Amino acid sequence: MQENYSTADFGILTYKRPISNMITDFSPISALLGGTLIGTAAIALMVLHGRIAGMTGILSGAMDTADRNRGWRFAFLLGAIAAPLVATLTMGQPLPFASDAPVGAVLFSGVIVGIGVSLAGGCTSGHGVCGNARLSPRSMVATAIFMAFTFATVFIVRHVLGGF
Amino acid sequence: MRSLVSALAIGLVFGAGIIISGMSNPAKVLNFFDLAGTWDPSLLLVMTSALVVTLVGYSWVFKRPAPLFDVRFHLPTRRDLDLPLVGGRRFSASVGDYLASAPVGRYRPLVLVSPLPSCLSTQCL
Repeated sequence: MQENYSTADFGILTYKRPISNMITDFSPISALLGGTLIGTAAIALMVLHGRIAGMTGILSGAMDTADRNRGWRFAFLLGAIAAPLVATLTMGQPLPFASDAPVGAVLFSGVIVGIGVSLAGGCTSGHGVCGNARLSPRSMVATAIFMAFTFATVFIVRHVLGGF
Repeated sequence: MRSLVSALAIGLVFGAGIIISGMSNPAKVLNFFDLAGTWDPSLLLVMTSALVVTLVGYSWVFKRPAPLFDVRFHLPTRRDLDLPLVGGRRFSASVGDYLASAPVGRYRPLVLVSPLPSCLSTQCL
């Protein structure tokens, strides 16, 4: 970790944290291209399988042992997990990846995100893309809330607490 | 079998979208939410383009009587706003995603169960 720190002054709030590898550049072309592919996958899953392309929904459905027709779920998840492997092998170098979060925080987060998306009935792909595309009020509310609270959380953790 | 190959291919396309958009990098996702710091608006374009494409595509899909590999579309029907939806989502998505330094939602349970390298398990949207 390089010893570069960013500091900012919000009056009574000042923060200082390492910025080393966490800076990323705005990439509009690849963002639009990637988003289009995600949308294409969502359309394909609906027209071929009649299913919402929601990652957590597909995952939790895959855990349902009573469902005898869940093979497609494993196939879809396998494809999505294989994608970075394929990309890494094709490009011959690891994908850009930077995170300062301690492993314990990641594990803890995994549990509470799992609980949250189960309660809310969906995640960013299920509510944020597919549900909003169906103009579902539940999805619109869920998306607005998780976006707003993530902005707030990032501000508090990064700029008030000075965390990772 | 045909259905499984299809789902696998769609999963690959989805994953490719996440990778190409740069959203397999937790730093890029988090920076979208860091308005007061190292802001990176990329995620906005990813979600907007995915949403617009899906919106247009769905309007075409739902003119069909049924999907190709199933007898009907499996769609959520609820339209009410209950407490778990509102409370649960904000609790987990904000605090959890931030702490994990990973994108909102997708695959988080896999972080726990997967022996795969972290770059795979946090490949999220």
